[in-house]
Amino acid sequence: MPTISLQVNGKTVSGEVQGNTLLTDFLRQNLGLTGTHVGCDTSQCGACVIHVNGDSIKACTMLAAQADNASVTTIEGLSQGDDLHPVQAAFREAHGLQCGFCTPGMIMSAADLLSKNPNPSEAEIRSWLSGNLCRCTGYHNIVKAVQIAAGQMSGQRIAAE
Amino acid sequence: MSAPLNNPPPAAKTAIDGGVGAFRRHDSGPKHVSGEAIYVDDMPEPPGLLHIQIGYARKAHAKIAAMDLSRVRNAPGVAAVLTAGDIPGANDVSPVAGDDPLFAEGLIEYWGQSLFAVAAETREQARRAAALAEISYDERPAILTIDEAMDAQSFLEKPYIMERGDPAGAIEAAPHIISGRINIGGQEHFYLESQAAMAVPGEDEDVTVHSSTQHPSEIQHKIAHVLGIDNHAVTVEVRRMGGGFGGKESQGNLLACAAALVAKLTGRPAKCVYDRDDDMTITGKRHDFRIDYQAGFDSDGRILGIAFEQALRCGMSWDLSEPIADRAMFHSDNCYYLPNVRITSYRCKTNTQSNTAFRGFGGPQGMVGIERVIDNIAHELGKDPLEVRRTNFYAHKSSPGAERRLTPYSMAVEDCIIQDIVAELAESAAYQRRRENIRAWNDASPVLKRGIALTPVKFGISFTKTFLNQAGALINVYTDGSIQLNHGGTEMGQGLFTKVAQVVAEEFQVDIAKVKITATTTGKVPNTSATAASSGSDLNGMAAQHAARKIKGRIAEFFAQRYQTNPDQVEFLPGRIRIGESELSFEAAIQQAYMARIPLSATGFYATPKISWDKAEGRGRPFYYFAYGAAVTECIIDTLTGENRLLRVDILHDVGKSLNPAIDLGQIEGGFVQGAGWLTTEELVWSEAGRLTTHAPSTYKIPACSDRAPDMRVKLFEGGENVEQTIYRSKAVGEPPLMLGISALMALSDAVANAGGTSDYPALDAPATPERILFAVERLRKKGNVL
Repeated sequence: MPTISLQVNGKTVSGEVQGNTLLTDFLRQNLGLTGTHVGCDTSQCGACVIHVNGDSIKACTMLAAQADNASVTTIEGLSQGDDLHPVQAAFREAHGLQCGFCTPGMIMSAADLLSKNPNPSEAEIRSWLSGNLCRCTGYHNIVKAVQIAAGQMSGQRIAAE
Repeated sequence: MSAPLNNPPPAAKTAIDGGVGAFRRHDSGPKHVSGEAIYVDDMPEPPGLLHIQIGYARKAHAKIAAMDLSRVRNAPGVAAVLTAGDIPGANDVSPVAGDDPLFAEGLIEYWGQSLFAVAAETREQARRAAALAEISYDERPAILTIDEAMDAQSFLEKPYIMERGDPAGAIEAAPHIISGRINIGGQEHFYLESQAAMAVPGEDEDVTVHSSTQHPSEIQHKIAHVLGIDNHAVTVEVRRMGGGFGGKESQGNLLACAAALVAKLTGRPAKCVYDRDDDMTITGKRHDFRIDYQAGFDSDGRILGIAFEQALRCGMSWDLSEPIADRAMFHSDNCYYLPNVRITSYRCKTNTQSNTAFRGFGGPQGMVGIERVIDNIAHELGKDPLEVRRTNFYAHKSSPGAERRLTPYSMAVEDCIIQDIVAELAESAAYQRRRENIRAWNDASPVLKRGIALTPVKFGISFTKTFLNQAGALINVYTDGSIQLNHGGTEMGQGLFTKVAQVVAEEFQVDIAKVKITATTTGKVPNTSATAASSGSDLNGMAAQHAARKIKGRIAEFFAQRYQTNPDQVEFLPGRIRIGESELSFEAAIQQAYMARIPLSATGFYATPKISWDKAEGRGRPFYYFAYGAAVTECIIDTLTGENRLLRVDILHDVGKSLNPAIDLGQIEGGFVQGAGWLTTEELVWSEAGRLTTHAPSTYKIPACSDRAPDMRVKLFEGGENVEQTIYRSKAVGEPPLMLGISALMALSDAVANAGGTSDYPALDAPATPERILFAVERLRKKGNVL
């Protein structure tokens, strides 16, 4: 069994995994990070989206071994201490969730979008999030949440400058 | 005795935070965005946990000739392999009829039917082991579709008929007659969290089960039934589900019973979680329907007589098909008065998944039937379908007399406000002007065609099985003034917990943060009904109010006695209690009540009044009231490919006096999108052998973010108020908005009708996939020699 070592939410972790262990299973089973959900096991629904080396990926179809030496961020590591990431805060404020099962993956996708395209159009948001399925909300408040977060973050950037 | 009052709070609060009517976000929101909200599969795994895989049949209809599980038993990590012979109690996990075995014995009745369970140390070991089963089948001919079942007269019971007046005579005598057929596809729930259950064995015969279920009481009862023990030994708990939509009303029974069985037989905790493909292969779905209709009407489009033949695919067993088929009949009028009507319901038995509850519970299919008829009548007369709809509405609640009120089941519609909603929506959505513009636009556009439709909704609220309309609640007030709330309803994202907590906060006049919402458990509130039929807040809100008022009554009596006044002089104001001229904080009042030995815990109960239903006679009042709404959808189709888009959606929906506009709007938006998905992109396909081939999101397409209409305007109907004494005069909101999605199907029908060729009616089946749209366009154009 290969031993892997990686950064997860800023901490170095290592463990023995089987060659076929999925990254979701490693996160959920070995590390107890159950905020990353599995909705379909086949890269369709997006409930398992996390960041690997700064890019959003669907963790249900990535092998844990592929994440050796990588830097991984899950929903649990997105906030800075007690301060929610602006995307998290916006999903809460805009009621961008109902059952909440898709929410972590949705937020991780949206956070990646805003890091690459800080000022996306509504169409760009809709297109980017089309790999994250939600069965409850009809997406209205999800899109609104991303727009609010974008506004918030550009405000923050301006303030920082 | 008169004790000195504690100091009242320095500045008296004028309002509480999070009372009834507040625009309040979901109580679990902070945990959802941080990944801390726990679902069954996220719970810490107890030591020694076994993982269960269900082994299922790979034939639709067969005798099991031989089943050799020795390789399964000998596989690495396997602790137990269980079949029907290992069940100490009954081999039945059905909700009603006793016809869903936990493990099939002898006869297999659908592809995906459970045969055995493997419990192993890891999930992967259980899955690998299950694949080693050697089963030989003695195949029999399978009946898969409604058409096949109708031809073979394969029914679960004899056809049920509801009739009023003289439909045959009225149709024959009518100036115009149409007849037709619509096929309406089923729908997979696709709750994002698949079915899951974890059982932990306890002392004696006890077992505690964490289940992702809308119906913990039923899970409790079925487990006791399967294990052959009393209900009191089984505790079922659910904090939240990752979506339910009806799919977790009865379909969680099988895996919860399997987990409990493994736990009791091995003495180890056990968990069963379906993966997506298994979930879609094993569990039932929304019933598909074939509806034949014949209608007679006058030149205004007024329906004089109508006959429906509704055939629905129930699958291999009853599950909840009887009340679902009934509800389809109850909604074959929608908002329209049908003076002479006959509805025949054929409950088809097929070798497919046992179809089950799904948001609307048959109502949506019945409603599509009548909306199709109206659309067809309008087409026949060359009229705007909206005009025909208006002509046929039930009498408005304020119109005098008893004319045009009676439903096909002889209940008078006393609360009809659809005229008001449609008038306001047609105006705000500029329906008339846009319809004309679309006509002009289409004339200039040979390939792309637009369509528009306004459809109304009237949905009956109450379980039609009258005894189910009951609920319980438990409220504990602790000595520090904090409150714990429990009730029989379950949280699946719909915001029920938030709404009921608002009711309790409002009653006690404390901030909602004082009210702790706790997981639903059969140990606190027993004998509950499923959280279903949109009734969650109606029933549990009332039960919680009842419990709160008991405690308030005791407190009022205590202070009245202490201050020598009447209980009606004791008022609950924001954060405090006033007794005559004196005030004290809520916390101080509770402390004093406790010291005086006043009980601060109470159960509440509610049973919906007024309702009754006599099925043999086909008469009664199955519904306490109706919820109304309407939607306008505009769409565009490509007549060369069938590709289509929804462009704009306008919705006006009645929730009575809203308990929580934020949650209600979310239900409406989500309901519309789910309904539109059902009727447009979501298509279930079975192979000729009876295997569901669309068993994952790669082949079964629910709406994605990019599918939603770019322009969507959703409003609550202002001035709505339930005429009945519901909780704060609100109305149920879970299911009704799904049927707003019917406007998408009718808009697509309008676009196809505008594609030209002939004046034939498009007769578009659902789901109106690109293929169906293309075929409908080609049919019309070929007939008109346009192609």
